[in-house]
Amino acid sequence: MEFEAVIGLEVHVQLKTNSKMFCSCKNEYGGTQNSHVCPVCLGMPGVLPVPNQEAVTKTIQTGLMLGCHIAPRCKFDRKNYFYPDQPKNYQISQFDQPLCEGGGVPLNLFAFPKDVQNDPQVNFNKVIRLTRIHLEEDVAKSFHYDTSSGIDFNRAGTPLMEIVSEADIATPEEAYAYLTALRQILVYGGVSDADMEKGQMRCDVNISIRPKGQIEFGTKCELKNLNTISGVRRSLHSEIARQIEVVSAGGEIRQETRRWDDAKGQTFLMRIKEKAHDYRYFPDPDLLPLRTDQGLFAEAQTRVPELPQAKIKRLQSDYGVTEYQAGVLASEIAFANYFESAAQPAKNKVLIANFLLNDYLATSPDLTAIPIPPNYFTEISELVDSAKINSKQAKEVFAEMIASNKAPTAIVKEKGLEQVTDMGALEKWCDEAIVANDKSVADYKSGKLGAINALKGYVMKMSKGKANPSVIDEILIKKLTS
Amino acid sequence: MSLYTETITSLRSKLSAKEVSPREIVESLLKRIESVDPKIQGYLWMNAEEALQQADAADLSKPLGGIPIAIKDNLNVIGNPCTCASKILANYQALYDATVISKLREAGAILLGRTNMDEFAMGSSTENSSWGKTRNPWDIDRIPGGSSGGSAAVVGAHEAIASLGSDTGGSIRQPAALCGCVGMKPTYGRVSRYGLVAFASSLDQVGPFTKTIEDSALLTQVISGHDPRDNTSALQAAPDFLSDLKKGVKGMRLGVPKEYFVAGMDPQVEKGIRDAIQQLQSLGAEIVEVSLPHTEQATAVYYILATAEASANLARFDGVRYGHRASNPTDVLDLYGRSRAEGFGSEVKRRIILGTYVLSSGYYDAYYNRAQKVRQLITRDFTEAFKKCDAILTPTSPTAAFKIGEKSQDPLQMYLADIFTIAVNLAEVCGLSLPCGFTSEKLPIGLQIIGPKWGESAILRVGQAYEQSTSWHQQRPNL
Ligand SMILES: [Zn+2]
Repeated sequence: MEFEAVIGLEVHVQLKTNSKMFCSCKNEYGGTQNSHVCPVCLGMPGVLPVPNQEAVTKTIQTGLMLGCHIAPRCKFDRKNYFYPDQPKNYQISQFDQPLCEGGGVPLNLFAFPKDVQNDPQVNFNKVIRLTRIHLEEDVAKSFHYDTSSGIDFNRAGTPLMEIVSEADIATPEEAYAYLTALRQILVYGGVSDADMEKGQMRCDVNISIRPKGQIEFGTKCELKNLNTISGVRRSLHSEIARQIEVVSAGGEIRQETRRWDDAKGQTFLMRIKEKAHDYRYFPDPDLLPLRTDQGLFAEAQTRVPELPQAKIKRLQSDYGVTEYQAGVLASEIAFANYFESAAQPAKNKVLIANFLLNDYLATSPDLTAIPIPPNYFTEISELVDSAKINSKQAKEVFAEMIASNKAPTAIVKEKGLEQVTDMGALEKWCDEAIVANDKSVADYKSGKLGAINALKGYVMKMSKGKANPSVIDEILIKKLTS
Repeated sequence: MSLYTETITSLRSKLSAKEVSPREIVESLLKRIESVDPKIQGYLWMNAEEALQQADAADLSKPLGGIPIAIKDNLNVIGNPCTCASKILANYQALYDATVISKLREAGAILLGRTNMDEFAMGSSTENSSWGKTRNPWDIDRIPGGSSGGSAAVVGAHEAIASLGSDTGGSIRQPAALCGCVGMKPTYGRVSRYGLVAFASSLDQVGPFTKTIEDSALLTQVISGHDPRDNTSALQAAPDFLSDLKKGVKGMRLGVPKEYFVAGMDPQVEKGIRDAIQQLQSLGAEIVEVSLPHTEQATAVYYILATAEASANLARFDGVRYGHRASNPTDVLDLYGRSRAEGFGSEVKRRIILGTYVLSSGYYDAYYNRAQKVRQLITRDFTEAFKKCDAILTPTSPTAAFKIGEKSQDPLQMYLADIFTIAVNLAEVCGLSLPCGFTSEKLPIGLQIIGPKWGESAILRVGQAYEQSTSWHQQRPNL
């Protein structure tokens, strides 16, 4: 029997704000334990929450970037459960009226893992629909020691967005692409750095299998401890294989939570889910519903940037790069911005793209922290484009530019690489070469076109190697054929 | 006349005339406390030394310069205990000042000490305190009312010039009535709740106990106003409550709701209220009959919504970060379970369980949701009624102070002590109680004056006219 997987993702995203969700403590990753705390985020008696409007605005902006319907008011609910990482033993969240509903994440070729980018069976342009996006406060971080536990409340109360997808994802590769594309959009909008390894983006996976063609869903399992996007892909492959094995052997899938062990490449049972926890949600009486259909919505709208798909199109039309080049450039907004600031003043914009995508990426895979200023790319492409250096020399200059962080023009000067393009001097050397090499001239005229190389060599010698070979070619041919 | 019997207003004029010093006032009160508080047991903790220091440093140019104020034990004062009369916070010290406390400090007030209350403000008699029962200054075998029983008793017994309490369903007005003083529950949102340990967030409001209406206006003024730390505090600035105070009731329409004169009410209380209504009529007010048809549902609605909110509000008391922690827990659930079982008293547990129940899946719609809908009907009752009148007159409590222990075994009987005050909190309007007579046993009777949202000026004006035409407020308990 053939099986298919049904996958839905719940993604928690830490919002980039100055302060926490309901108090004025710093929202900052790391820092000395329990240094960003106050009575409010520690849940001391008598404190009250005050909503961070910046977090609400960024959530609305996210909704707008993903095509969601935005609720006209922002209402908060209390989600009740006891856990030591939660100071109030209830979490301020959103239950029945999330800020954003609907919408979707469009996948694209470049969001998929490289090894499937040529697979004709993959639908690279699928859109994964979203159920909802809501805003809540994050919990503290627990540390477990031999005989005790500790809690760092720095993270407690920081703004957290939960993005819930529909069960539209059919393969581990689509899950990978979904997370990559989502992350790309979040970073584009500046709403989060969305780095999974730093916990800024955390992902829970719901996965079930069913015989191909069946409409009803199978029993789903939840996967936890997924710390990288490629880890999500690997965990899904492993879990799908496990579920198929169980079902094929006549067994039944239990509804359970499983922990992914990346080193072992396997999921392990954490707990069996018997019944849904009753969180006893109710509207938080400390927080008045906040209107979003006026100032906040308008503000969020002004912050919606050009999104990846639109950027890919524009890069092609504005700079003449290929779709593939545009796709790679747009995969990180910082990379695209870098390219644009280098290419805008340049005459030959494609040359810049070539330098970035071929020469630079050969030295480093880092798209966000290129160690040299963009105008160096402008300079080196101008040097090549105006024939001041040849392509072989360009390679040399490029390597030196990356290694020493020196401007290409300075490197060319330092190494004496600049080609002679003074037409007067070149013409003179060419005339001398013709006079001094009767035989080669005769050979050339009789049809042995290769004989021109002797003349070229003469000119190169005269110029101490600095003559531009293609220009010499041009001049010699003109003189010999006239 | 001793200084401790004075009012804020009379002391303010004596202070500005330099007839007395703030230190003399504090010393007079400390002496009075020393002599009568062993009988009353209104205070849980005294700030004597610091109060004297504050007295010496008092800035008399400020509205409450040199005036000592007692504070209910659920308002955070930095460095002071803040136990909410609960074992679970037995050794807890506040880390910050509540906004009302900051406002008192800015106004020059001296913080005198902390007053007893029902544990976490849950109760109507102050018998639910973990630290002992407070007595009614008019009869020490009787309860002072609650939950702010300590704050009411110390003002009634002239152990304080004024005090602050909190009112969730009558917790200021009912004890004020039973102890013979003035108690004000401001409009929801008028006074910041930041630093008030929450019982039921959508109902709680801080307010003053005073000996006169004028003092009530003054103190309410000081603690009112928008607080950016309280999302539910109103953006509007408080008007000058003193400016209209003495304009009299001539031409005012005062509503009397027929639903508030019910069977089971003490006839002496009813007579006291009827006399007061007549008195106001004779002062020129027009008396109109109004109807508040959902009055009967108020108590049920209240005990659903208040307990639901409380069940979440009190979840933070878990022994993890502060407060009582059970010894040698086997795991975190054991830590939670035993810390809370040992720390909370029985009434608090009852309400947490009730609140947890009404929020549970399968019951939420039948209880919580339904109660929210009825709450809207109750609010509409008041909106409609205030189209016909400027203020509403009712009894504050169906009976005068009852005997200690009389109702403590029967929670339902106890819950009925607040039947006339609860709807005011549900409707988010304002109300005050002031003395309007005594029973034959010389127990105070309270008249409740209810105003619309932001209607404090109107009810203070009615109260002032009544008070100044009677002498009830001048009577003193024999201690
Ligand atoms: Zn904080």
